[in-house]
Amino acid sequence: MDGVLFLIFASIAVVCALNVVLQKQPIASALSLVGVMGSLAMLYLLLGAQFIAAVQVIVYAGAVMVLFVMVIMLLNAGAERPTGASVMASALGGPLLAVLLLVLAYVILLAFPDPRPVRFGEFRQGGAAELGYALFTRYLLPFELTSVLVLIAIAGAVVLAWREVRK
Amino acid sequence: MEYYLISAVKAALLMGFLLLTLLYLQWIERKVIAHVQVRIGPSRVGPHGLLQPVADSLKLLLKEDLIPPHVNKFLYLLAPFVAVTLSLLSFAVIPFGPEVEVLGVRTRMQLADLDIAVLFVLAVSAMTVYAVVLAGWSSNSKYPLLGGLRSAAQMISYELPLALAVAAPLLLANTLNLREIVERQGGYYLGLLPRWNIVQLPAPQLLGFLVFGVAMFAETNRIPFDLPEAENELVAGFHAEYSAMKFAAFFMAEYANMITVSAMATLLFLGGWHPLWPREYGSDLLAPALLAGVGALALYHGVNPARERDRRTLPAVAGGFFLLAAVFLLPPLREVLMPLFWFLGKVGLLLWVFMWVRGTLPRFRYDQLMRFAWGFLFPVAVVNLLATGLLVAVF
Repeated sequence: MDGVLFLIFASIAVVCALNVVLQKQPIASALSLVGVMGSLAMLYLLLGAQFIAAVQVIVYAGAVMVLFVMVIMLLNAGAERPTGASVMASALGGPLLAVLLLVLAYVILLAFPDPRPVRFGEFRQGGAAELGYALFTRYLLPFELTSVLVLIAIAGAVVLAWREVRK
Repeated sequence: MEYYLISAVKAALLMGFLLLTLLYLQWIERKVIAHVQVRIGPSRVGPHGLLQPVADSLKLLLKEDLIPPHVNKFLYLLAPFVAVTLSLLSFAVIPFGPEVEVLGVRTRMQLADLDIAVLFVLAVSAMTVYAVVLAGWSSNSKYPLLGGLRSAAQMISYELPLALAVAAPLLLANTLNLREIVERQGGYYLGLLPRWNIVQLPAPQLLGFLVFGVAMFAETNRIPFDLPEAENELVAGFHAEYSAMKFAAFFMAEYANMITVSAMATLLFLGGWHPLWPREYGSDLLAPALLAGVGALALYHGVNPARERDRRTLPAVAGGFFLLAAVFLLPPLREVLMPLFWFLGKVGLLLWVFMWVRGTLPRFRYDQLMRFAWGFLFPVAVVNLLATGLLVAVF
């Protein structure tokens, strides 16, 4: 059952990811990306990381992608037209992609020489309490540093918006 | 095997009840607004217009299924589908009552008891904006696009105070599981006053409840925040190009979302299925007393009829209500019906507030809407969350 579910959502994720690149309409690409986010959330759920799965949907699909879609709608971006790309790009693109995938597969095989399939329900530390405990003990420094980073980003956004207002 | 069977029965019961409610909520809303505006409301089809929803749905079903030529067909058809699916999805995790025993089977009055139920509902409600945005964009015309844009901005803005208001009761309950949140609100102070989150010590959530209450109007696109479909500026906003059942799908989703947010407010702030006062003082008798009261009123008007046919119809109605009151008193059924009565009573009260506000308030201007969200509601929600955190940590 886990295997079947994994295959279903993994293939949805791959097909949607390809669609993001291949679609000519920006809004179709953005919606495919929502599909990728959703199926990734399902994969997290299969691994037992329920909190991450829910946050994945809330933050990425529910907030970030909505902003993307809104900007695309606001600019009313039309279909993309091929710009007559350079000969080198069209000739080398395919082979380079294949090489990249092979290298990726090789590295993953090296890193995990003996892959053991994860079964649904095996990992039970994915709840909010366990995650919060880990964040505030073991990963306290990275967590606090990230919050400083986010604060800087907010300050930057405020400064940029303020400059617009003054003009 | 038994688990799947029980789940299937529960799902069927829930869906049947839900669809019937969605059908009649529209009739109730029309009646409530009519009485707010000193009118009678639907009264032609069936007694008191009770068959009006059936007639309306038949009309919408039989109408021509029009697809305008200029739309993006795939997304145009996807949007109402997404709207209805997402609006019904949240009900899978909402608990309607405690664990009960029916026909020798012990089961929870809930489809799925998730440990992250609150996040699940937030995630689903975060996705609902896509239905409106897709409908607006794929219609490929001016007014729906503007409606979709407004809706996206509005729903992102109001999701923040909504989520912050939800976070405060979570601090009190120390869990994301909706069932446990409600169970923590059981019991009474001094044996009389309820321990609902809205008044629970050390951090009463009255402010949080008000923020949630305002944000839930914006999240469901209801008056006074119904700018995505403002009739006098945008024709009908995001669903201007939809007709027949696809149009009805958006309406159904709106009503289902209203029920969802009302249920969430009930679970998080108003103590779920816990009665207002303890059982020892007869909170179980409220439902039969109310039903018997309505029955007595109908009987009185049947005996002193205003019209000739009232002499026959009203006593029959009274008999029905007396029968219902008797059902609520039967010991085995009482254990199931009383929590349901209190839960649905609170949800119904909030739904009535939705209708009352629609009959009372005008629509906001767009800049007022945004300034209110970011300049007032958001800071209040943050202060409420911080104060709750401090109080919980100190006491």
